[in-house]
Amino acid sequence: MHKSGFRFLGQSLQFWATVLLVFLFAQWILMPRMSNFRNTAWIMFPCIMAIICLGLNLIYGFNGQFSLGQWGFYGIGAYTSAIITYRFGARVSLPIEGITVPLPGLVQKLIPMAEMQLFHFDAGKAGLLLIAVAAGAVLAALVSLAFGYIVMLRLGSDYFGIATLGFTLIVQNLLVNLDRWIPETKGARGMVGIPPLTSFFWAFLFLVLAIVVLRNLLYSSAGRAIVSVREDEVAAQAMGIDVLKYKVVCFVLGSLFAGVAGALYAHLYAFLSPSYFSFAQSFDPMIIIVMGGLGNMTGTVIATFLWAITLEGMRIWLPMGFEAWRFVIYPIALLLLMLFRPQGIMGRVELGFLRAPKWPRRTAAATSANPEGRKEAAA
Amino acid sequence: MSECTPTGPVVLEIKNLCKNFGGRVTAEGLEGGLWAVRDFDITVHQGELAGLIGPNGAGKTTVFNMVSALISVSSGDITFHGKSLVGMPPHAITQLGIGRTFQNIRIFPRLSVLDNVRIALHPHAGYGLGSAIWQGGAFHTKERELTDKAQDFLSIFELQDKQDEIASNLPYGEQRRVEMARALAAQPKLLLLDEPAAGMNPAEVRSLMDRIHFVRDRFKLTILLIEHQMRVVMGICEQITVMDFGQVIARGNAEQVSNDPKVIEAYLGKQGGKPGRRE
Amino acid sequence: MPKLLNRLVVSVRKSPVVYAVGLLLLVWLAGRARQNPVLFAQFIVDGIRLGFVYALVALGYTMVYGIVRLINFAHGDVFMIGAFAAYYGTTHYHWRFLPALVLAMVICAFVAVIIERVAYKPLRDAPRISALITAVGVSFFLEYFSALNFVFTSNFISYVPQPIQFTSWQVAGVTVSNIMFVVMAVGTVCLFALYYLVYRTKLGKAMRAVAWDKPTARLMGIDVDLIITFTFALGAALAGIGGMLYVVVYPQIRTFMGVMPGLKSFIAAVFGGIGSIPGAFIGAITIGMVETLSAGYLSSTLRDAIVFSILIIVLLYKPTGLFGEAAKEKA
Repeated sequence: MHKSGFRFLGQSLQFWATVLLVFLFAQWILMPRMSNFRNTAWIMFPCIMAIICLGLNLIYGFNGQFSLGQWGFYGIGAYTSAIITYRFGARVSLPIEGITVPLPGLVQKLIPMAEMQLFHFDAGKAGLLLIAVAAGAVLAALVSLAFGYIVMLRLGSDYFGIATLGFTLIVQNLLVNLDRWIPETKGARGMVGIPPLTSFFWAFLFLVLAIVVLRNLLYSSAGRAIVSVREDEVAAQAMGIDVLKYKVVCFVLGSLFAGVAGALYAHLYAFLSPSYFSFAQSFDPMIIIVMGGLGNMTGTVIATFLWAITLEGMRIWLPMGFEAWRFVIYPIALLLLMLFRPQGIMGRVELGFLRAPKWPRRTAAATSANPEGRKEAAA
Repeated sequence: MSECTPTGPVVLEIKNLCKNFGGRVTAEGLEGGLWAVRDFDITVHQGELAGLIGPNGAGKTTVFNMVSALISVSSGDITFHGKSLVGMPPHAITQLGIGRTFQNIRIFPRLSVLDNVRIALHPHAGYGLGSAIWQGGAFHTKERELTDKAQDFLSIFELQDKQDEIASNLPYGEQRRVEMARALAAQPKLLLLDEPAAGMNPAEVRSLMDRIHFVRDRFKLTILLIEHQMRVVMGICEQITVMDFGQVIARGNAEQVSNDPKVIEAYLGKQGGKPGRRE
Repeated sequence: MPKLLNRLVVSVRKSPVVYAVGLLLLVWLAGRARQNPVLFAQFIVDGIRLGFVYALVALGYTMVYGIVRLINFAHGDVFMIGAFAAYYGTTHYHWRFLPALVLAMVICAFVAVIIERVAYKPLRDAPRISALITAVGVSFFLEYFSALNFVFTSNFISYVPQPIQFTSWQVAGVTVSNIMFVVMAVGTVCLFALYYLVYRTKLGKAMRAVAWDKPTARLMGIDVDLIITFTFALGAALAGIGGMLYVVVYPQIRTFMGVMPGLKSFIAAVFGGIGSIPGAFIGAITIGMVETLSAGYLSSTLRDAIVFSILIIVLLYKPTGLFGEAAKEKA
């Protein structure tokens, strides 16, 4: 095995170990200390938002196509999954009870539980959630395929952004009127009765999945093709890259991420309101990825958590009566960031597993692709 | 310099190629507008080093852009090994075996030198999206092969030590070499070079000329290049076509062309005198 | 004018399908019109009135985009500020219509100048996305700052008493009000004044020069920064007028009122060809009419979806809008 192979393994192990540690830390130490409402807003919601932002970064940061469509696909994913689970919600349950372990006193101080359930899994609920997520993702992907292909083909990148803006606006308008065709969504009044199937485990799992898929895609030949479209579309075409295909692939994949996030979101607060999917909020993913750094995965994840936790934190920490000020401080902070660090928090720097793999040159004699090289080197 | 008589199969054949900008479509065809290229034709044989020269604005790059399908053809035909290229999308033309470089370097600025070259190898990567995402054993093997090939191309141009440098940070001359390495990595049968000697000093030009010969012989290519520096063209090209105002005004080998009065007039105006360059 | 006509003809030639479908739509519309001409005329009249308001805001979007290639998302909120200024002028200071209008114009222009100097000017050479995000930030700031309790609060405020005594009368069954005439009169005056300014004065020539090529304009002795600031101020003043007229028509204001009209005006500017002044005007009138017609004949709640869908369809065939430049040849 050559050097780069070991490096991959090393970076991978590091990554998965970190993932496991973070999960255990959040699940066992952070979550039990938080009241029910707060842990969703502080931990689960940012996970979901980060998935959307990673999708947008793929479309805009890596592929160079300005898109305001994520929020529309977020809404599509949310409502699609909610409509499906609405009917089955309470009735499906297949608990697989796990091992319960009593904790020694010393450990109890750290993890505030008298005993720990090492394993608790409700297969029925989990299955239902997965079906819901799949449904949301599939519909989002299909719509984005149709919309993306037709619009990208005819408009090219310059006016594509405006069309996606129109798309998001149309989706919101349709969602408000959805009760015309699907009464249980109750239109503008908001849909209730969605089973709260999302847990930290699922939100975190899908986030990690999104990160890994994105990272793998980008550090492959397809990923290089994707980025070349952003760098110089004309040159990319001249190098044999089917630019339209990759623009659509990125758009669909990014929208798929948003659809998945939507499904998770719907089952998080068990309530959906079309006013959440409005134009005003639709800029949030864009703002976040610019804050974190366009074309930077680490930055996106970090910026999402920073953004969500700061906004939520300000709501709690600002003195009474001044909570509304957080929406005044936030744009000022944004302006300062644009003025003094326009490349975003992380700029071009990725961390750990998300860093680009290095490919040191094998010695001329060793390459199988260059049998003549040996002769030339010797000559 | 190898003597090459045009006996090989025809690689590229262009007939009556025309390009009009801004004209109106009428019953008789296009009216008005600017004819950037009019009735251009050329035949390039296997293994030839052909040159396309002419003063600035003669329409040379427009011809190249039509061959690569970066702009549409108004009328005329372009065939590559007998297959018509008109109407094909640019990436398909490259995959057929036509590579090119650009007048103003168009490397991917924020990517590394290695990535620039690896992108050209993408159509031959040997794995698809699924494998890219899963990244199992097959991926690592194919990726290693691809990277080896890319690194070999880099070493031909003495760029192997710069493989991780960001392309836009390199000096101009090295950027030009990256672009050529990238064009070659696409494994073309026909290579279009657009003003490869632009901005080079005489020493660099000489090494460029050697490199072009080497590349032609090593990879069994056919090369068509645009230049408007006579000295480069005279030095390497076996067949030269001269353009002015969108049309062919002369054709032949170096000696024939440099003595052609129409060519002299195009470069100098009607006075004549010492052959030089019209800039 | 003839150049515009030529552009229209070229675009018809290029996409006959769209124009055929559009023709069919017009035929259907004519049918409904014949059924109930009064209703149809009412929709048209209301649409034009709405369109004039959108036009005033759209002009600001198009001028700013033309000169600095920035989509000023905060423009809709400047519109809101104009509305509030007019409200305070008439209800608190008991001014009449014209002085309140001038107040709205002045305050909006002032706000725009501050925004431009503080937020946009430093980012003029930055990548466009930074400027865009900043514009969004400014928009949020204006909305939420105004919504603070010590400023305007986030509540709806009813605009009582109104500056113009509302009278309406019936013309062949169609309800027409004096307000409508005021809106149209003010709108038309503004349009002609703007046209005169941009195409017949030296200042306008300077504006067009800066929009075309900033470095060269600077070399010609034009104070580019001043012209840019002036353009922002001018666009904002127009939005202020638009704000006042909007509340004269719909007498209820709140700090988030600028979001939707701002968005629709932006869409109208794109529809007409962003960067084109007559385009913004015509686009806005069209969007106004489309909005009232689809609300009336198709569905009131789905009218936004219909308007935006029509935008996308038109863009698919003419991405640069009705009067925009012809789509460039792929390099």
